[in-house]
Amino acid sequence: MSTILTPRLKAVPGNGGAAALRLSRRTFLKATGVLIVGFSLADRLAPSGAVVAHAQAGVPAQRLDSWLAIADDGTVTLFTGKVELGTGVETALAQIAAEELDVAWDQMHVVQGDTALTVDQGPTVGSQSVAIGGAQIRQAAAEARQVLLALAAERLGAPVDQLQVRDGVVSVVDDPARSVRYADLVGGRRLEIEVRGTAVPKRPEEYRLVGQPLPRRDIPAKMTGQFEYVQNVRLPGMLHGRVVRPTPQSGATLVSVDEASVADVPGLVQVVVRGNFVGVVAEREEQAIQAARRLRVTWSAPAGLPPQDTLFSVVRTAPSDDRLLDEAGDVAAALAGAAKTVAATYEFPFQMHGMIGPSCAVADVRPDGATVWSGTQAPHVLQADLARALDLPVERVRVIYTEGSGCYGRYRSDDAALDAALLSQAVGRPVRVQWMRADEHGWEHYNPAMVFSIRGGIDASGQVVAYDYEVWSARHTGQRLLGAQTGGAWELPLDPVFVGHDTLMFYAFPNRRYLLHAQGQSLLRNGNNRSLGGLPSGFAGEAFMDELAAAAGADPVAFRLRHLKDERARATLEAVAAAAGWDPRPAPKSGVSPTGVATGRGVALIAYGDPPNQTWVALVAEVAVDQDRGTVRVPRIVVAHDCGLVVNPDGVRNQIEGNVLQSLSRTLHEEVQFDSSGVTSLDWRTYPILTFEEVPERVEVVLVDRRELAPTGAGEAATVPTAAAISNAIFDATGVRLRRVPFTPERVLAALRQRAG
Amino acid sequence: MELTVNGRPVTVDVEPDTPLLYVLRNDLQLNSPKFGCGLAQCGACTVIVDGAAIRSCVTPTATVVGKAITTLEGLGTLDAPHPLQQAFIAEQAAQCGYCINGMIMTAKAFLDQNPNADEAAIRQALNRNLCRCGTHLRILRAINRYVQELRA
Repeated sequence: MSTILTPRLKAVPGNGGAAALRLSRRTFLKATGVLIVGFSLADRLAPSGAVVAHAQAGVPAQRLDSWLAIADDGTVTLFTGKVELGTGVETALAQIAAEELDVAWDQMHVVQGDTALTVDQGPTVGSQSVAIGGAQIRQAAAEARQVLLALAAERLGAPVDQLQVRDGVVSVVDDPARSVRYADLVGGRRLEIEVRGTAVPKRPEEYRLVGQPLPRRDIPAKMTGQFEYVQNVRLPGMLHGRVVRPTPQSGATLVSVDEASVADVPGLVQVVVRGNFVGVVAEREEQAIQAARRLRVTWSAPAGLPPQDTLFSVVRTAPSDDRLLDEAGDVAAALAGAAKTVAATYEFPFQMHGMIGPSCAVADVRPDGATVWSGTQAPHVLQADLARALDLPVERVRVIYTEGSGCYGRYRSDDAALDAALLSQAVGRPVRVQWMRADEHGWEHYNPAMVFSIRGGIDASGQVVAYDYEVWSARHTGQRLLGAQTGGAWELPLDPVFVGHDTLMFYAFPNRRYLLHAQGQSLLRNGNNRSLGGLPSGFAGEAFMDELAAAAGADPVAFRLRHLKDERARATLEAVAAAAGWDPRPAPKSGVSPTGVATGRGVALIAYGDPPNQTWVALVAEVAVDQDRGTVRVPRIVVAHDCGLVVNPDGVRNQIEGNVLQSLSRTLHEEVQFDSSGVTSLDWRTYPILTFEEVPERVEVVLVDRRELAPTGAGEAATVPTAAAISNAIFDATGVRLRRVPFTPERVLAALRQRAG
Repeated sequence: MELTVNGRPVTVDVEPDTPLLYVLRNDLQLNSPKFGCGLAQCGACTVIVDGAAIRSCVTPTATVVGKAITTLEGLGTLDAPHPLQQAFIAEQAAQCGYCINGMIMTAKAFLDQNPNADEAAIRQALNRNLCRCGTHLRILRAINRYVQELRA
């Protein structure tokens, strides 16, 4: 198993049940004398020495034993605030720690995202876990190695530069029989060492584990049903809760609840009402479902949403705070003097994360403290939010990260955790809340709908001389927990910082203007979705670059290359062209029949992250457009990906493949539907996603080797180029531009009809 | 009600129309079938009943009395995985893994009936199983690996 502290192990009856699980620093402090870091893991059912040590230490980031514990059996436990979301970071971070410490791979354990045990490394977002979280862990492990080597030098009577380490055993280079284990060096003492940042980590050429495609630690248990998802957490005396909400996103408020309507539901424990928050709690799960379905609740009339077909004009005219992102030269004059100009508008809809397992959490709230098991990406943020909501001191709330369904940004705010906590507080027993499918589809936070308007001018040589870009977007971050609708004193603060437009600005045209119309709240609940504004911005920016290339009569790859200086960008684009067997010629393809199946190819290049620590991705898509039906098939996708040093190549490939297929789904199918009363995309029929028969025959991945650079992140970047590359490929095949996502058959047919007319 | 799950007889005391999924998970603590939609649309809850892959989220427990119910736990364990599970591990065919129960159980039931299926037929068999992480191609590679092993 990948972790030493799984929920089931912590929750078994006979171990004191839930009470023993609940964090009580005072109890721990009273119950223990001298604390050691060399704790025994032999009895995993007992509260471990690690729990005790960390609870008391308060997990200060600058202390080495906040990051690593070496047990007397030689195992090393890494404590990380970053969490495994199914992306493979647990394995990658363990690889980094094991590499620096030179311990055997099977001796590494990982504890993640437990507010009582792990350092707050910030939320697991933005593809930063390996790039930033990994760098912190690398440094901590290097410091630990330095300390251990100093202890070993003393013990073995040899200078540090005469020592070597393999599998957690330090030995003298010239006399390997003189050796000592890390565990014996720690010897039951507590290592109170400050992380000073003075230890020098290994050089990449010394790596033995980093760079290897080690199998993921979590995968075997996921294949046999033995993996501990948050959905599996069961506590003694646990009840089941469901929350009852009005038509999703209708803006309706509570008028009345008819508790008599569920009086005869077997197993019902309580109907909980707090402000606008309504929930039911029952002994059994199916009873809670039945009660939630039958509870008669009167809501106010919906606030009323505008017609869906006016969405983008609503976005374009909403109040905004205009921010100039970049400007150079004289755009107006350059446009006026250009040999040719091009103008286009691109539209990107609300889309959902669409977790396959809807939100789920378990809470055990007592008068003096709370423990919550959550799949959250932000355990420490959730801890603070829950403390405010439950009116408890923050140190009395413990959030224990327990992996849920893949979330892609959805668990930046774990609404179910607050739901479960509110219900548990009301009934005084542990409560598990599992959202139903319609709850998840209707109430999750979507990426905001975005509109882009771009004008460009090229000179007689086909070079871009003017570029005028405007984007309208609400924030991609900062959503509150949904339970905040309850209102009252624990209203949760809204992040005031606009983040996540992720406009691509790497071409450095001579005359340019990038203008953001930054908006606050969107029509529908909005927040982090994978790549934030990256996919929409990549769609607009790189589809427009293709329009400029076509206007210049240039090959799309060559056209981009002659506007690129960055060496990594050029190398990535050249790598994808070579791997795809790119045939240089302008688009569209000549001599295409206006009926039947037309084939074509498109390319897009993107950067994700803050310069210079960006990940570069170039993607070539091959499409087959059925011009009679409007369907788009994508038989082949080729990706070149430069994310700096690759810690685990198979893990990165898995992320790239996943990003590509998920963004292909978003490109071809996905748009949240609503009417005046609220969201109507409430299941997989009304919000379809990619199916096996639509998945490309091949997704080929080229990892651009950059061992000399720090890792720059692989969790999201390959999402960004997909929509543009598909749009460009459809243009190549048919000569028509699709400027609004998703590219449904209806839209493709409409565009083709316009071509004919 | 008396059920036969993974070859063992068990007795559960629930309403007859209780979906099988909740009985397996909550009464028998068999965690492999997952709640995904409750609508038979995604496949995360798939179990095999008398050789057929069914959606346990919409299957009343009373309808499977007397039938052989197999869950992913019944195929194999961490220590002794079924060759199909082993193929999924070898191909690292998961990210979050939430859908994987349905993928393996659907493929198992299908291949038991259609051992010579080609990739197009396998894709069709899995077409009503949804994966959101985008591990489809790895899943297909894993199933293909297993099929090749069966034939070898």
